[in-house]
Amino acid sequence: MQIVSKVREPLVTGGKTYKDITEDVCRPVEGNPSMGWFAGMGLSLVLLLAGGYYLGDLLWSGIGRWGLNKTVQWAWDITNFVWWVGIGHAGTLISAVLLLFRQKWRTSINRAAEAMTIFAVICAAIWPVVHMGRPWIGGIWALPLPNTYGSLWVNFNSPLLWDVFAISTYFSVSLVFWFIGLVPDFATIRDRAIKPVPRLIYGMLSMGFNGSAKTWMHYEAVSLILAGLSTPLVLSVHTIVSMDFATSVIPGWHTTIFPPYFVAGAIFSGFAMVLTLMLVTRKLYKLEDYITMEHIEMMSLVVTITGSVVGIAYITEFVIAWYSGVEYEQYAFVNRMTGQYWWAYWSMMACNVISPQVFYVKKLRTNIPFIFFISIVVNIGMWFERFVIIVTSLHRDYLPSSWLYFHPTIYDVMCYVFTFGLFFTLFLAFAKYFPVVNMAEVKSVLKDSDSKVYKSRRTISNEVVPEADRVPVDL
Amino acid sequence: MEKNTNYLVGVFGDQDVLVKAVKALRKKGVKIYEVFTPYPVHFLEDALGYKRSWMPRAAFGFGALGTTCAILLQSWIMGFDWPMIIGGKGFIAIPDFVPITFELTVLFSAFGMAGSFFVSQDLKPHKVPQIFDRRQSDDKHIMAIDLATNSLSEDELKALLQEVGAEEVNNKSFTEKEKKASFLEYVVDLFTKGVTDSARELKG
Repeated sequence: MQIVSKVREPLVTGGKTYKDITEDVCRPVEGNPSMGWFAGMGLSLVLLLAGGYYLGDLLWSGIGRWGLNKTVQWAWDITNFVWWVGIGHAGTLISAVLLLFRQKWRTSINRAAEAMTIFAVICAAIWPVVHMGRPWIGGIWALPLPNTYGSLWVNFNSPLLWDVFAISTYFSVSLVFWFIGLVPDFATIRDRAIKPVPRLIYGMLSMGFNGSAKTWMHYEAVSLILAGLSTPLVLSVHTIVSMDFATSVIPGWHTTIFPPYFVAGAIFSGFAMVLTLMLVTRKLYKLEDYITMEHIEMMSLVVTITGSVVGIAYITEFVIAWYSGVEYEQYAFVNRMTGQYWWAYWSMMACNVISPQVFYVKKLRTNIPFIFFISIVVNIGMWFERFVIIVTSLHRDYLPSSWLYFHPTIYDVMCYVFTFGLFFTLFLAFAKYFPVVNMAEVKSVLKDSDSKVYKSRRTISNEVVPEADRVPVDL
Repeated sequence: MEKNTNYLVGVFGDQDVLVKAVKALRKKGVKIYEVFTPYPVHFLEDALGYKRSWMPRAAFGFGALGTTCAILLQSWIMGFDWPMIIGGKGFIAIPDFVPITFELTVLFSAFGMAGSFFVSQDLKPHKVPQIFDRRQSDDKHIMAIDLATNSLSEDELKALLQEVGAEEVNNKSFTEKEKKASFLEYVVDLFTKGVTDSARELKG
């Protein structure tokens, strides 16, 4: 019997038992993939291969294939990098920040959101590596390794190097956090496996975990501390990404609002992507009882709030540019709004500031096709935000003689398509072979032992539980 | 002859009953070998009398090591091995070292602590897990009592377990060979003998 609160929507609906949770989450892993999965994987592989062809050609020929010119020396590459890094942030936020805040609604969505983080960071890392021109030695250039040309080292004063450390730390710590979360669920799949090969593979992945009370005690401490470590890490990563711009002297980049503004933007786009993925996953895997309307509403509200924060940041930038009295700074912002890239600027404003405000209306934030649509609109808007910041600031520099317009080539477009193919291929592979919902955590919130709430509970069918039937909770 | 280790296995369906049972049994002087649960049950570690986890201390220690390494590495490289004036900053520009120092602190702390967890709990890919009941990772809480370490008889313990709310009480024994099975033996057994019936039962 599942017990629910009078005052709060249940986190798991449908009167599920512990056994049901195991069955529902393990079914896709143990069974054959659905037609929908095959269709999605097919499309992802097409994108991956088509984009991969152009990326391969680019690596062979050099990044002159991109539409970059002398004035706009950063465009889609860094736009895509910042965008993908931002996408990744929601995963850690859901698993780490919400864990610290004891938000139990995170349990159904944290696994998939963390997977999204890992894959998004992989997609992000491709861009600066390829941008180096010779990526096969890029690692040697970027890491503090002694080289053969004398005691030449990386520059620890450079925000670009801070980025290398930030992104690689973020990626590896997220991976550890994700894997530790997966270990108990791998053990569940191992114990259910009937065939020797899955038993062996999931057995190895579960590291021999057997759920003893002592292991769980240390496990919880590790999870909590990893969450505590990841939370400032999330903030630091996008803060450092924003410093790539903010520590320069380019009008439109050199602003102190960038760190919080970038972090808010990252949460905004990340939650939009989580919504996009979750709405598809819950439908595909019939997880409506775990990823409930309540979850979707919560995420929609986060999108609205962070969208509003981003909107305030846009206005603040303008006010500060005006207040600074620096004509170059003032020009950069007026040019964004009315210059050659006015279309990008207004697309950004429409998608990021106006569109998420619709979620104040309950009817709209409970309408799934509409939420799906808005989540995609927000992601488009966030891409435009990065594009506007980067390209509009560069295309009008201090010398009017070098003013140019940026035109992307097919290589810009297809390299971006490649990262989409990679992201969705990895995500679909994850959704097939790994449990998409964290079973152990969902089981732990199925029955809340808080006696204060517990005493005023009813069953799922809204019948009041007789006093005699209530399970005692005072420990 | 193979020496056996016999356990009495109590199966519980409710976490609150389990915690109460652990407390009641320990009060009566019963030594509990270990409790296995499908998810972390709060208050269970207190009931079992475990000390607080030392993972926070491991995290702090490794974090401090990370901070030290980061500051030493950056100061040595920028200040001594290859001193260069960049953007008018000093050789050892401490504010510029803050981001990388922070990142390395987190990196060392996270990896050090996670490593400590896996090593201390003996979790490794080639570990052969000792499973008392396959439902322990599904929907049941399993309490294992080592018969050799308790002065009470098997029947007395059985009655006690039932009294404190165990839904089932089963026997489980591991032979010395099973307890010390190597990974290779486990893999060979898996492919020659197949998977035990209990896994099939679990899936219904």
